[in-house]
Amino acid sequence: MSTNRIIIEPGSESSNYWKDIWNYRGLFYFLAWRDILVRYKQTAIGILWSVLRPLLTIFVMWFIGWLFNSNVPEGVPRILLVCAATLPWQFFSSSFSETSNSLVANSNLLTKVYFPRLIVPASTVIVCLIDFLISFVILIVIMIYYHYIPDIKMLLLPLFLLLALITSMGTGLYIASLNVKYRDFRYVIPFIVQFGLYVSPIAFTSDSIYNNAKIPQLLKYVYSMNPMVGVIDGFRWCILGGKTLLYLPGFIVSVVISILFLFIGVIYFRKMEKLFADVI
Amino acid sequence: MSSTVIKVENLSKSYILRHQNVERYTALRDVITNKAKSIFKQKSSFPSKEKFWALKDVSFEVKQGDRLGIIGRNGAGKSTLLKILSRIVTPTIGRITIDGRVASLLEVGTGFHPELTGRENIFLNGSILGMSKFEIKNKFDEIVAFSEIENFLDTPVKRYSSGMYVRLAFAVAAHLEPDILIVDEVLAVGDAAFQKKSLGKMKDVSGEGRTIIFVSHNMEAVQKLCTKGIFLDSGQLIQNGAIDSVVKKYLDVFAAGNSSYEIPLPENHEQKPGYAYLLYFEDIAGNPISEIPIGKFWQVRIKFTLNAKVSGFVIALGVSTVFDMSLCTTWTPSEDLEKGDYEVVFKSDEILFTEGQYKLVVGLSSEKIAFQYVEGAGYITISDVNAIYNDTQIVNTRSGMFINQMKTTITRLNK
Repeated sequence: MSTNRIIIEPGSESSNYWKDIWNYRGLFYFLAWRDILVRYKQTAIGILWSVLRPLLTIFVMWFIGWLFNSNVPEGVPRILLVCAATLPWQFFSSSFSETSNSLVANSNLLTKVYFPRLIVPASTVIVCLIDFLISFVILIVIMIYYHYIPDIKMLLLPLFLLLALITSMGTGLYIASLNVKYRDFRYVIPFIVQFGLYVSPIAFTSDSIYNNAKIPQLLKYVYSMNPMVGVIDGFRWCILGGKTLLYLPGFIVSVVISILFLFIGVIYFRKMEKLFADVI
Repeated sequence: MSSTVIKVENLSKSYILRHQNVERYTALRDVITNKAKSIFKQKSSFPSKEKFWALKDVSFEVKQGDRLGIIGRNGAGKSTLLKILSRIVTPTIGRITIDGRVASLLEVGTGFHPELTGRENIFLNGSILGMSKFEIKNKFDEIVAFSEIENFLDTPVKRYSSGMYVRLAFAVAAHLEPDILIVDEVLAVGDAAFQKKSLGKMKDVSGEGRTIIFVSHNMEAVQKLCTKGIFLDSGQLIQNGAIDSVVKKYLDVFAAGNSSYEIPLPENHEQKPGYAYLLYFEDIAGNPISEIPIGKFWQVRIKFTLNAKVSGFVIALGVSTVFDMSLCTTWTPSEDLEKGDYEVVFKSDEILFTEGQYKLVVGLSSEKIAFQYVEGAGYITISDVNAIYNDTQIVNTRSGMFINQMKTTITRLNK
């Protein structure tokens, strides 16, 4: 009779899981909308926080770079170099940590209503993406101030943004499902973010790593395995019109690892999903 | 000809109970330390884990348009069954086939965000419950009218009174239009008038050919709303059939023989001036009974202890409906009492309650300051066996809370 026949069985994985996600796109939209609405409620300066937070980080990173006199390519203002790295990093760190906490934060929903659980972290990432787009204003203002005109490479920027999204989503999904069972990860997340800030090329450039003879080759490989290295190098390459190095072998490693993370993240999430309501 | 919309076959759900771990969530630390411990310990003789069957081998069918009531005591597996039907948790064994769109209402106001306004929450909650944006827009005015909060639509719900909050939440849920609606005891909220409105709304909904599954402790509400029933106990299906027979079975199993109730003691009751601890339901001659036929008087005996001399002591007994509507309260006259054990008898020999279950409220106070107050200290059941009206037909015993006691005379005027 009805086309909506549902069969519930132990371990049954609805074959139409992805179709279900599509059917629940309204909820996806509303959850993102809720998070945006709530985000800066009862704050005095509201949405300005989306700009202020990355701005402060940019200044700190600029100062560190200046203090240690790290390499700056010819004709590029240091602040622009730092900004091109800080914005994607901020996007990654906020979407990674918020995705990781998203399931626990929405535990009242998980235990009371059915919907494909993937919607919760996905809508969180979207909120962070919107924050990123707002903070992009900083970059534009800096470019205008220095009369810096980007070239055609700028059009490839969305590709690198996608890479950042894949990275944060993959790692976030994995940690989120672990966090449901082991709340230890709540304390691991800030550590990962803080650590990542120093091992990613924000205050310095990847050129100074790859071109440094003192650093052993093995360590360079390890460095390039950080998927955010690929993302940030890509951002700089686009924004600064190729004035910085996009080290191709390292970049490919980053991309492969990002996609691998997403793959593992989704598979693990799907595997744990059925247990969320029982253990959360 | 109505078709089967839900078919449940041999459904079981087990949980692992951890006896050592009382924490709600596991911490990695514990997993590691436990592993480490187990290296040194030879196989521990008593298991720290135990399998607990929340549901065991439950099978039933629901036809289209049925209003199915699920009854049982706390922990009987009712909520687990609802959660499985709503696809929140997966069963351990068994299979369920559902035809149609399901909406479940396991809690009033799921996903309400305190910072958002009433208007925003209608949209958010609606979409969480499975409505599309278009549907919500269409129903928006109806929802607002039903909830009676027109003036507060743009106020954040954190500033709402709890009554307004519940009304708004129920209003959204009541306007869902699924094929199958699953409802868990949400009617136990709001004031009596609103509860009545909600029950009425649910009846209307099922009149439109929808199927309803309803869980409640409240036999009266279940009987009013449902046509079919399922009685669960310790995860097993005890009875399945017409609601009246299922409710009767439930009352036979649990209400029967229950003429005394232990009153829950307040915290540090030894330090309080005193406490009531036992309540008996008796007929007027003082014999313990579990239910009393309609038309007969009854009494309640309460035992209490005073830890010290209490001045201005008053003990009160209130009778309310299972819907929490207070019907009457009786106070003992204020007096000074010495330390010791006492009992008090409240005799009801004037008011005749109609059939049904009633909830008792007990309160103890000294100089108008209460030191113990227990809602649901006991329950009394008035059964529908006619005792006084054996030879007369009672028109309708449900036409009020109390039986008509007025003296009547009929005089012919046109001689």
